[in-house]
Amino acid sequence: MLLTVVSRIGRGLLVVLLVSFAVVGLMSLAPGSVAEVILGENATPEAIAALNAELGMDRPFLARYLDWLGDALRGDLGTSPLTNQPVTEAIMERLPVTLQLAAMALLIALAVAVLLAVASAVRPGGPVDRAVNVVSSVFLSVPAFIAGPVLIYVFALQLGWFPVIGWSDVDEGLAANLRGALLPAVSIALIEIAAFHRVLREDLVGTLREDFVGAARAKGMSPSYVMFRHALRPSSMSLITLAGINLGRLVGGTVIVESLFLLPGLGQLLTTSIVSRDLITVQGVVVFVAVVYVVINTAVDLSYRLIDPRVRKAALA
Amino acid sequence: MTQSEAVAGRVAPPVVPRVRRPRSVLVFAAYAWLAAVIGMALLASLLPLAPYITAVGVPHQGPRWGSLELSMGTDYLGRSILSRAVHGARVSLVVGTVASLIGVVVGGLLGMLAGYLGGRLDAVVRLLTDAMLAFPPLILLMALSSVLTPSMGTLLLGLTLLVIPTFVRLARANTLAWSAREFVLAARNMGAGHRAILLKEILPNVLPTLAAYLPVVMAAMIVAEGSLSFLGLGIPPPTPSWGGMIEDGKDAITDSPHMVLMPALIIFLTVFSLNLAGDHLRRRFDRTLQD
Repeated sequence: MLLTVVSRIGRGLLVVLLVSFAVVGLMSLAPGSVAEVILGENATPEAIAALNAELGMDRPFLARYLDWLGDALRGDLGTSPLTNQPVTEAIMERLPVTLQLAAMALLIALAVAVLLAVASAVRPGGPVDRAVNVVSSVFLSVPAFIAGPVLIYVFALQLGWFPVIGWSDVDEGLAANLRGALLPAVSIALIEIAAFHRVLREDLVGTLREDFVGAARAKGMSPSYVMFRHALRPSSMSLITLAGINLGRLVGGTVIVESLFLLPGLGQLLTTSIVSRDLITVQGVVVFVAVVYVVINTAVDLSYRLIDPRVRKAALA
Repeated sequence: MTQSEAVAGRVAPPVVPRVRRPRSVLVFAAYAWLAAVIGMALLASLLPLAPYITAVGVPHQGPRWGSLELSMGTDYLGRSILSRAVHGARVSLVVGTVASLIGVVVGGLLGMLAGYLGGRLDAVVRLLTDAMLAFPPLILLMALSSVLTPSMGTLLLGLTLLVIPTFVRLARANTLAWSAREFVLAARNMGAGHRAILLKEILPNVLPTLAAYLPVVMAAMIVAEGSLSFLGLGIPPPTPSWGGMIEDGKDAITDSPHMVLMPALIIFLTVFSLNLAGDHLRRRFDRTLQD
C-alpha cells in the first residue's frame, strides 16, 4: 500500500521533471534572445551579447536549466523582461479568476451530468435515455469557442440576463461576481457534461444489474434511495478519473473564454505573453499549469482508495 | 435427397440469422454531411463561388436568398462567408486528416512495440507518453506557437504531437490483450519471429480499433485547430479557417451575428457528425469495449 503510494508519487515527480525540461528546452529554441526583446530592434549586436552574458544566456543549456530548476524550486520563475514583474507574482494575481472559472465549470458539469446519468440509467434504452443521449451527443460537439459566442448571443444580447463581457471581483459583491462568471463557466462546462454523462451512465447501468442492488430493492428500499445511496458511489470511479484527465481540456477552455469574455485570468496572461513574445512568462505559466495538472492527476489516482474500499483490499492482497 | 446427404455425411449448415444492427437516420445523416463537406473542400476551386479574398458585396451583410455567394452573408470586408467556409474546410480537413494519420502510424507502431516487447522499452514509452499527456492540449499548442511562427507546417507538427500519445496508449492496451491469445502462442510455437507475429497476427487485429478512433480524433483536431485560430495563433490570414472566421466575427456579434453563427454551425455539424461516425465505428470494431 505505502509502496504503491510512494511509487506513484515518484512517477509523478519524474513526469514533472521531464515536463519542465521539455518546456525550458522548447523556449530556448525560440528565435531571438531575451536581450533582443528587452533592448528592441535597434540594439547593436555588442549590446545584445553583453546583456546576454549578464543574464547568463551564453552558458550551455543544461547549466541554464539546472539554474532555472533551482530557482523554480524556491518559487522563483524569473522576471518578465517586458513588465519587470516576477512571473510567480503575475501567476498568483491571475490564478483566482482561472481557479474560480474551472471550479464553477467542474461543479456545474458534475451536477448536471449526475442528474442526466441517473435519469438515463433508470430505464436504459427508454425514451428518456434516448432523448438525454441525443442532448449529450450535441453537447459533446460544442467546444468552448463555439459555445461562448452562441451563449453570449442568446443570453447576454437577446435576453439580456448576463453581462456581455468583463469580470467583477468578489469584493464588489458575490452576486455580480457569479453573474459575470456564469456564462463563461457554462461555455466550458457543456462539453464536460456530455463526457461525464456518458461514462457515469455506462457505469450506473452496470452497477444497477449487480446483486447488492437487487438485495436492496428486495428489502423494500425506495428506487431513489437505492440509486443515490447504493449505486452512485461505486459507479463514480471512472467519472473521477475522467474529471482529473479532462481538467486539461477545462484549462484550455478557460484560455478561450478568458480571451472571449476579457477575464483577467491565467489564460489571458498566457495569450498576451505569447503575442508580445514574453517567453519567460510563457515558460513560467506553461510549467505551472502542467505541474498542477500532474499533481491533480496523481492525487486522483491515489484517491480511489478513499472512495472504493475494494481497491484498498486489492492493493493489500 | 435427404438420403444422399446422409450418405455423404454432410449436415445442412446451421441457419444463423444475420446480426441485426440498429440503423439510425442520424448516423446516415452524419455520413452524408461529412461526404458533402469533403466534396465541397475538394471541389472548392471549381464551385461557382468568388475567391475567398474578393469582396462580393457590402460588409456585414446578413444571409440572403437568391444568391449562392450571399446565402450565408458577408464578413467585415464584404467577402462571401460561404466561399470562406468552403475554403476553410480545406484547412480543417487537411489538418485533421494528416495529423491523425501520422498519429495513427507513429503512435500505433510505438504502442504495439511497447505492448508486445514490454520491459525497458515499455517503461520509456510509457513515461514519455505520460509526460506528453501532462500538458493540457491547448497549452501545449500555445507553447509551440510561441516559439515557431504559425503556419500549416507548425500547426501540423503540434497537432501530431498531441495525438501520438493517445494512439500509443490505445495500441498498447489492445496489443497487450491480443498478445495473450492462443493464436499468438501458436504462431510463436510454429517458429514465427517477433516481426512476423507483430505484422501478421497482432497488427490486423489492432488496426480496426485504431481506425475506429480516427473520426473522434479528427474531430478533436478540428476543434484544436479552431481554438488556436480563435486565439489568433493558427493559420495566418488571409487564408480562411473556421476558427479564424469566428474570431473575425466575434466583435461584430451584436449587429451581424451571422458572422459568428454561420461558421459556428458548420463546425458544430462537422464535429457532431465525426463524433457520431466515431461512436458508430467504435461500437463495431473496438474489442476493448466489447469484452
